[in-house]
Amino acid sequence: MGDARVQLLQGNEACAEGALAAGCRFYGGYPITPSSEIAEIMAFRLPQEGGKFVQMEDEIGSIASIIGASMAGVKAFTATSGPGYSLMMENIGYACVTEIPIVIVNVMRCGPSTGQPTATGQGDLMQARWGTHSDHPAITLAAASGQEMYDLTAKAFNLSEKFRMPVTMLSDAVVGHIRERVVLHSPDEIGIVQRKLADESADEYVPMDVDDSHIPALANLGSKHHPYYTGLVHSGKGFFTSKPEEVEYFIRRLSLKVEKHKDELIDVEELGTDDCEVCLVSFGVSGRAAINIAQRMRDAGKKVGHLRLKTVWPFPDEVIKSIAAKCHTFVVPEMNLGQLKLEVERAACGEAKVIGVNNISGSMITTHEIYDVVKEFV
Amino acid sequence: MPEAFLEKYLRLENLPTIWCAGCGLGTDMRSIVKAFDTLELDPDMTVLVSGIGCSSRMPAYVDVNTVHTTHGRAIAFATGIKLANHDLTVVVVSGDGDAAAIGGNHLIHACRRNINITLVVLNNSNYGMTSGQYSPLTPQGSVATTAPYGNVEQSWDLCDLARASGATYVARSTTFHYELITKLVTKGIEHKGFSFIEVITQCPTYFGRFNLAGSPTDMLKYQKTHSIRIERSDGTEEAITIGELYKREAREYCDHYDELIVRAKELKAEMSED
Repeated sequence: MGDARVQLLQGNEACAEGALAAGCRFYGGYPITPSSEIAEIMAFRLPQEGGKFVQMEDEIGSIASIIGASMAGVKAFTATSGPGYSLMMENIGYACVTEIPIVIVNVMRCGPSTGQPTATGQGDLMQARWGTHSDHPAITLAAASGQEMYDLTAKAFNLSEKFRMPVTMLSDAVVGHIRERVVLHSPDEIGIVQRKLADESADEYVPMDVDDSHIPALANLGSKHHPYYTGLVHSGKGFFTSKPEEVEYFIRRLSLKVEKHKDELIDVEELGTDDCEVCLVSFGVSGRAAINIAQRMRDAGKKVGHLRLKTVWPFPDEVIKSIAAKCHTFVVPEMNLGQLKLEVERAACGEAKVIGVNNISGSMITTHEIYDVVKEFV
Repeated sequence: MPEAFLEKYLRLENLPTIWCAGCGLGTDMRSIVKAFDTLELDPDMTVLVSGIGCSSRMPAYVDVNTVHTTHGRAIAFATGIKLANHDLTVVVVSGDGDAAAIGGNHLIHACRRNINITLVVLNNSNYGMTSGQYSPLTPQGSVATTAPYGNVEQSWDLCDLARASGATYVARSTTFHYELITKLVTKGIEHKGFSFIEVITQCPTYFGRFNLAGSPTDMLKYQKTHSIRIERSDGTEEAITIGELYKREAREYCDHYDELIVRAKELKAEMSED
């Protein structure tokens, strides 16, 4: 008998299992390629664990239902692709402002609008940061493999519970559908995080009473504290305010939750970034081609490094800055027209050249495409 | 001193409300929480959910567990809340624009699922919060800020829509009949399934003023003189039919899902024995 925890799983299956391991017991979704398997698996698996699945009438309803379930104290998530992610944007902002933990998995497809439903792409990077209107915090992870679909989905739940906010995990058609070896780490190995709840034995509960963490305790629906959740800017007591100092404090605090914990949130994979002259920077599936090139060129004695972002938001400015002080060129391969490149340029502050390699064909970016650019700079 | 049930179910410290003088929503809120009191609902286990609009500000004043959501989405939030925790009593308040226009899709599908939620649509015939635009429930020919020459669109009978969509309890009242609101909301909450209650209410500031409906009192008198109890109606009158319009027993969504969980667990156990 082999180890039952080691399985050959499709990326989307690994995502569903990662969510269950993290304690997810509610899924609200709407069918959309290439993410539908996640809904199908949750519809089968959740009732076995006493959880609930609902197929809503659209993606707006999906995200509303999971926010509602999470307010009622149940860990909840949804999975979608570009068009559905666009429909969810208003309520992602609502979850930011009401500080409700939810997880959204976006299995990205190629192109804008309906795009190329069964083809891969990475065009939703900026949408994950700025898709919902006005200033708000964002935490976004990016998976490059079946194993990361499992691990990072579970991690997304932990982060959402800890920081009381929506967490997006970006995947794509390739990682969602590829079948790979996945080790199903146990909840103990993952280390499950639960939201900090308001003290039910206390007479008073001030919803926005925060310590240095800037993260307030949460009162689930069904609490003696009678919480009031609103998407309006609210004061310490949780009710609408238009007092300039309270408005300013509230909006700043939401973003401080992420800013103050940036070191804890940043998660990168590095190869040869200490001594490289050319550094590849990638996220998600394009990292698989990028690391292959970096390793092969290093084997051939070239000073090429690779940095892959597992946390894309918040962006690891300091990591990029420290590499920019050492290398002369960044090469950024991505399956969009240069969204990650913009951020690398911003963080590098002109200390190093930034060159993009962009494939928006719906096919995987290849090692050859990347090699042809990198070789010009070493 | 306010009455005891108001002390129990309202956040008196948040009063006065934002609603205009003569608005029907204050009366409607009183009638709704009176229903809570009639049923002796535990405020700790009661959830009041709303969307966006004048009526959707109500949860700020009601001392239970409360959620003021996004425009049109209250029923979808409520679906997640109720399905996640069946023990909660979930009531949704919504306006005519919120429930029938932007939220229309969630409305019909919640009716179809027959989930045990009580929806109270406070229909004041226009978008009051944004100063009097026409809604799907604005009567044809009425004036609104976005219908300066009169509304050319047909209006909806939302009770008919709810019934056709699968709601198992459908009722209507007006603000004038404030005791009937309490009775219908009480019965709606007691009913196992999706309960839909429409309350025709007055917006003297916009709809009333634009359509020369007179004072708030005149508008209330109109509700009185233009309504007919379902028991006395032969279905042909040009009047607002009020009372319990429709009721039937049908399998409730959360109960059905609980049965599904039992089956799924049994199947899993059988599969692991094989």
